[in-house]
Amino acid sequence: MTPATAPLLPALRELKLDDALALLEQAGALLPDAEPYSVRWLQGIIDALADLSARDPMTGLVNRRSFEMALEREIDRVARAGDVALLLLLDIDHFKRVNDSHGHAAGDGVIKAVAEAIQQAVRPMDTVARTGGEEFAVVLPNCPSSFGPTVAERIRANVAALSIAVSPGVILGVTVSLGGAYAPQWVRSSPLLWMERADRQLYRAKAEGRNRACFEPQVESLVSADEKSLLFAQPMDEDSP
Amino acid sequence: MTARTLAVTSGKGGVGKTFITANLACALAARGQKVLVLDADLGLANLDVVLNLHPKLTLHDVFTEKCTLEQAIVPAPGGFFVLLAGSGMVEYSRLTPEVRENLLRIIEQVKPRYDWVLIDTGAGISDVVLYSVSLAQDVLVVATPEPTSLTDAYATIKVLAMQQERRQVGLVLNQASRTGEGRGICTQLGNVLARFVSARPGGQNFRLELWGEVAADATVRQAVLKRQLLMEQFPGCEAAQGLKALAGKLLA
Repeated sequence: MTPATAPLLPALRELKLDDALALLEQAGALLPDAEPYSVRWLQGIIDALADLSARDPMTGLVNRRSFEMALEREIDRVARAGDVALLLLLDIDHFKRVNDSHGHAAGDGVIKAVAEAIQQAVRPMDTVARTGGEEFAVVLPNCPSSFGPTVAERIRANVAALSIAVSPGVILGVTVSLGGAYAPQWVRSSPLLWMERADRQLYRAKAEGRNRACFEPQVESLVSADEKSLLFAQPMDEDSP
Repeated sequence: MTARTLAVTSGKGGVGKTFITANLACALAARGQKVLVLDADLGLANLDVVLNLHPKLTLHDVFTEKCTLEQAIVPAPGGFFVLLAGSGMVEYSRLTPEVRENLLRIIEQVKPRYDWVLIDTGAGISDVVLYSVSLAQDVLVVATPEPTSLTDAYATIKVLAMQQERRQVGLVLNQASRTGEGRGICTQLGNVLARFVSARPGGQNFRLELWGEVAADATVRQAVLKRQLLMEQFPGCEAAQGLKALAGKLLA
C-alpha cells in the first residue's frame, strides 16, 4: 500500500488545512505526533475531525448524527440476530425555567451535569447521545426486558439526586422524564420508527407528571418457566441405549 | 390443479429456515413437482442471497402494483420458481389490511398454477408471520438442537395450535448432530405440548410430527458460502439425503 501512495505525497502539501487545524485547536484535540503532511499525520487529522463531528461539543456525548448511525447498526442486529435492544429518550423537565430564571450559562451547567449523570448510570457498551437542546437518548444493546425499567430508574434517580452549582450560592436540582421502546425482534425497522415509539412513551411520562419513565407495553414471553423446565427436563437422547 | 401450500417457519432466526425451504423446493422439483417458493420474510428476505439471484422485481413491486405477478416470478437454480420479497420493506411486523389482502390475493392467484407453494415466513411470531402461516394448509417448523431454538420453536408451535387451532404441525430438525436426535427432540417437545397445549381448550388432538432430520454436515456450510443449493452441489451428502427424505415424506 505504501508504494502506491508515495507518489501522491508532494501534492498533499498543497492541501489547505488552516480551518481544520484551527477547529482542532479550538476543540483542544491532540494533534497527531507525526511528521506534518505525512500520511500518518493526515490520517490523525482526519480521525480527529471525524471524532469531533461525531460529538456534541458541550457534553462530549455522541451527537445526533452518530447516534442515528448507532441506531441503524442496532436495528440490523435486532432484525437478523433477534437481539433485544432498548432505546430510551430523555428530556430534562421544565428546562426552560432554568434558562429563564438563571440564564443560559446555568442551563449549560445543568445539561452537562445531567449528561454525566446519565453516562454514569449505564454500561460502557451503551451509547448516550445528546440529540437536541435538553434532549438525550440512550441505545442499550443486549438489554433484557426486565433490565429496561431498572436502568431507566437508575438514570432517573441519578439525575434527581444532583445538586448542580450553577453560580456562587445557587444550587439547582432537576428531574428527567424518560420514554423507552424495544426494537421489534426479527423485524426490519428504521431509526425513525423506533424513535417515534420511544417518543410516544416520553410524551406519556411527561403527561403523567414527569420525573418518571414510561415503557411501550411488551408482549410477555409465551413460554412459562414450567414449560421451559419440562422442555429441558431430561437430556434429549432418550433413544440412545 | 391446485397447489399444496406449506409454510416454513422457525420462531428463532438463523436456524436454516431459508436453506431448508430452498433445498426442499429443489428436492420436490427433482421429483417432478412444479414448485413456487414465496418469500414472505418481508423486509429481511434473504432467499435471493441463498440462491444468488439479483431480482429486479419483487413482491414489494407486486404489492405496489409496479409490476404484475407474472413478471415478479422468476425461475431459480434447482428447477423451481421464486417470488422474492426484496429487503427494502420496512416494518412489515404490523399486519395492515393492505399486507393481509395482498398476501391472500397472491397465494390465491398462484395456487392453480403449481403443485407446491412453499411460503418462507420471517422469523419470530409477529402478526405477519402468523398470518402468512395461516394461509398455508400445512406448517413445517424448522429447529436446531440448541435450547433457544427449541424454546422459540415450542412457542411458535403452541401459538399455531392454540390460536390457529391446527391439529398437526411438522417438525424438521436442522443441524442434527446424530441420527435419531430429531426423534428425541420431537418427543420432548410433544411431551410439553401434551401437558400445556392438548390439555387446554382449542389444543385437543394436537399432534407434532417429525417430518425430517437434516444432519449437521460440513457440505452445508460450503454450499451456503458458494451460494449454491446443497441438493445440486452435494447431492450425495448426508444432509442432502435428509432433505430428499423430507420431500419424500411430503409426497407420501
